[in-house]
Amino acid sequence: MLSFFLRRLLLLIPTFIGVSIVSFAFIRLLPGDPIMLMAGERGMSAERYLELQHQFGYDRPLVVQYLDYLWGVLQGDLGQSIVTKRPVLQEFFTLFPATLELSLCAITIAVAIGVPAGVLAAVKRGSFLDQAIMGTALVGYSMPIFWWGLLLIILFSGVLGWTPVSGRISLMFFFPPVTGFMLIDSLLSGQAGAFRSALSHLVLPSIVLATIPLAVIARQTRSAMLEVLSEDYVRTARAKGLPSRRVVGLHALRNALIPVITTIGLQVGVLLAGAILTETIFSWPGIGKWMVDSVFRRDYPVIQGGLLIIAGIIMLVNLLVDVLYGLVNPRIRHAR
Amino acid sequence: MKPLKTLLTTTAILGCLAGAAQAKTLVYCSEGSPEGFDPALYTAGTTFDASSRPVYNRLVEFEKSSTETLPGLAESWDVSEDGTEYTFHLREGVKFQTTDFFTPTRDFNADDVIFSFERQLDEQNPWHQYVSGAAWEYFNSMSMPDLIQSIEKVDDMTVKFVLTRPEAPMIANLAMDFASIMSKEYADQLEAEGRMEQLNQRPVGTGPFKFVAYQPDAVIRYQAHADYWDGKQPIDDLVFAITTDASVRAQKLQAGECHVMPYPNPADVQAMQNDDRLTVQEQEGLNVGYLAYNTTQEPFDNPKVRKALNMAINKDAIIEAVFQGAGAKAKNPIPPTMWSYNDEIEDDPYDPEAARQMLEEEGVSNLSMKVWAMPVQRPYNPNARRMAELIQSDFAEVGVEVEIVSYEWAEYLERSKAEDRDGAVLLGWTGDNGDPDNFLAVLLGCDAVGNANRAQWCNEDFEKLIQEAKVESDQEKRTELYEQAQVIFKDQAPWATIAHSVVHMPMRKEVQGYEMSPLGAHRFDGVDIAE
Repeated sequence: MLSFFLRRLLLLIPTFIGVSIVSFAFIRLLPGDPIMLMAGERGMSAERYLELQHQFGYDRPLVVQYLDYLWGVLQGDLGQSIVTKRPVLQEFFTLFPATLELSLCAITIAVAIGVPAGVLAAVKRGSFLDQAIMGTALVGYSMPIFWWGLLLIILFSGVLGWTPVSGRISLMFFFPPVTGFMLIDSLLSGQAGAFRSALSHLVLPSIVLATIPLAVIARQTRSAMLEVLSEDYVRTARAKGLPSRRVVGLHALRNALIPVITTIGLQVGVLLAGAILTETIFSWPGIGKWMVDSVFRRDYPVIQGGLLIIAGIIMLVNLLVDVLYGLVNPRIRHAR
Repeated sequence: MKPLKTLLTTTAILGCLAGAAQAKTLVYCSEGSPEGFDPALYTAGTTFDASSRPVYNRLVEFEKSSTETLPGLAESWDVSEDGTEYTFHLREGVKFQTTDFFTPTRDFNADDVIFSFERQLDEQNPWHQYVSGAAWEYFNSMSMPDLIQSIEKVDDMTVKFVLTRPEAPMIANLAMDFASIMSKEYADQLEAEGRMEQLNQRPVGTGPFKFVAYQPDAVIRYQAHADYWDGKQPIDDLVFAITTDASVRAQKLQAGECHVMPYPNPADVQAMQNDDRLTVQEQEGLNVGYLAYNTTQEPFDNPKVRKALNMAINKDAIIEAVFQGAGAKAKNPIPPTMWSYNDEIEDDPYDPEAARQMLEEEGVSNLSMKVWAMPVQRPYNPNARRMAELIQSDFAEVGVEVEIVSYEWAEYLERSKAEDRDGAVLLGWTGDNGDPDNFLAVLLGCDAVGNANRAQWCNEDFEKLIQEAKVESDQEKRTELYEQAQVIFKDQAPWATIAHSVVHMPMRKEVQGYEMSPLGAHRFDGVDIAE
């Protein structure tokens, strides 16, 4: 098991370097540099442009800039935002808890609804219920996040007035962040109603962000269950006279969950990508919105640093899934 | 003991509730996060709305609803005969804000003024590079380093700016955001503590609101400055709820989660105007969208040809299709909210038949030309491609064939400057300081040929007028000169002036005293909420 883990860990190194190169290069391939954008229609004299380029260090060869950047990264320094002048890492850690809180809520909803729905659809295969669940999943999967988010806001916040439109907590509440997780901070603040307010703000964005993973998980669970349910040992279990609930819940589901775990792990990337849109719609101060703003401002250090951390997180989660997978399924652990 | 504790707690809670009930809070759904809180480092209006406008003052201030200037931290000023020396007499008894992180021990004085400018001007100043890559972009682009020879402290309450040449727009420049006055005492404290970068994160100024807290990308909180020199604000708390999406802002406004929002979607404006809980103010923006011919090239060197082409453009159709109603036809190169706007001037009529005839008279036939369309959305032109297509079909009507070209934005800006550029360019301008010089000299002056003067147009008479106006400090005389300059512009037609955007500002009915600024600032001084 240890060697399996170490092998996977080693594989991360070239991937990480690859990501650093790609993130560094891609943003520079985008037309327009931060200095030109700063000047706008007003324009800037050629001398002033060169002077500023020099000040930012953009007049050096790209390779030198990259190596300099990489050297910084190895020392844990991702540089400073060109715009806010604050360290990229510091900005990331200020905003990341918001994204994490939202993503955890979303994945919880997706798993809590997606897995049972998939199981139900598999067990009642071909029934109206099966078709309804799979049809809804397809619709959910195809829904453009932006449109879906606005639709929910208009219905639940605008027409019905049940949920707040956007933000993380009512502006009435004001306390300094401790953990960065609003649900926890609101409890710690001891202010009456704060937790409730934070929770109500979390509902719509979580649903929106959960929609696609939920659909994927439901479909994956269904097909995995169907496969397992037709296995011999399931038939044997049934023949033994075990109650159907026990056959499905114990024998079948446990095995069917193996591919589902992988799918859930892969949803981390989907969640972080979805967070970009969800956060923009719901004015959720997380890293998705931060990255989008930075692309528009051509804030090189933020984009390359942000991409690197996000890629790192996704790689780590995938590693974790692989390990978990190995634990659940010994055949993988022992494969050479 | 227990009853006493209960009593105390109850009193405290009641006290808080009473306080909460009395405190008037205005929530503004702002469109984006500020880049920082030191306005001189930045050029974006979103940043100014959150920093210079609530927190700081300047020597000279813009009037809330016009481009005129008023005394600010300077009570008055004298200009020397030759126009190169500006002596400012500072206001006495102005207090800096007391915050959790800074308690001022003295009132505002000349040291603060000198510090605020020296840090931008003097490369040796320890604050010149207090954050990496401090470019002081506005200070530089308004040519302040060339213009300011020295800034002298005459006495504690008098400061003298010595200029290298007479420059009437100087006063308007000093009302700009980069000229906000910082506290030298606060800066010294930060420097001593080795936390200089805090100046850009936790601002202290003399303005109407003091900074309380900023949660990145989420909320900015301010409180009314109790000792504000112009009196405490009617509201107690000002909150910016950062909401980037325009549709969501509109929902929040309708749900009562905020009181004021900027930049609605043009498509939503109608519904908001019909909503009886809201008012929608509107005003022409301080901008102009234009089509600049290259006046050095045949046949566009002939004013009559340019005039004829201008008459072929159906501006009404453009306003309808491109601006969706959020625009107004432009006849002058400066917007109508700017002082010296010449309303006497009549726009060229839309008359394709007459235009065709004029072209024939000038011997122009089978003309084909390029029209450049910007690749980006700007306030003065939300869809340049569409605009170019409309112009293409208008010109086809009069027998002129148009090829539309476009480049990536930075390249577009660069290439369109070239003196030998082929074709007419769609572009525009948003004013910086409300001074007509900031449009007429920057965009149409002889010095700007090969640069921001995309028409490459250098007209002797026009140049003489704007140069004269630049050194004249009497505003009435300047107005006259600029009015004449606009007549020459219209006659010579180096551009087809197309449109000024119309800016809408939706707010709750209970908001009182909000005035739109033609400069695009969102200001909450003097704003109240009806009970």
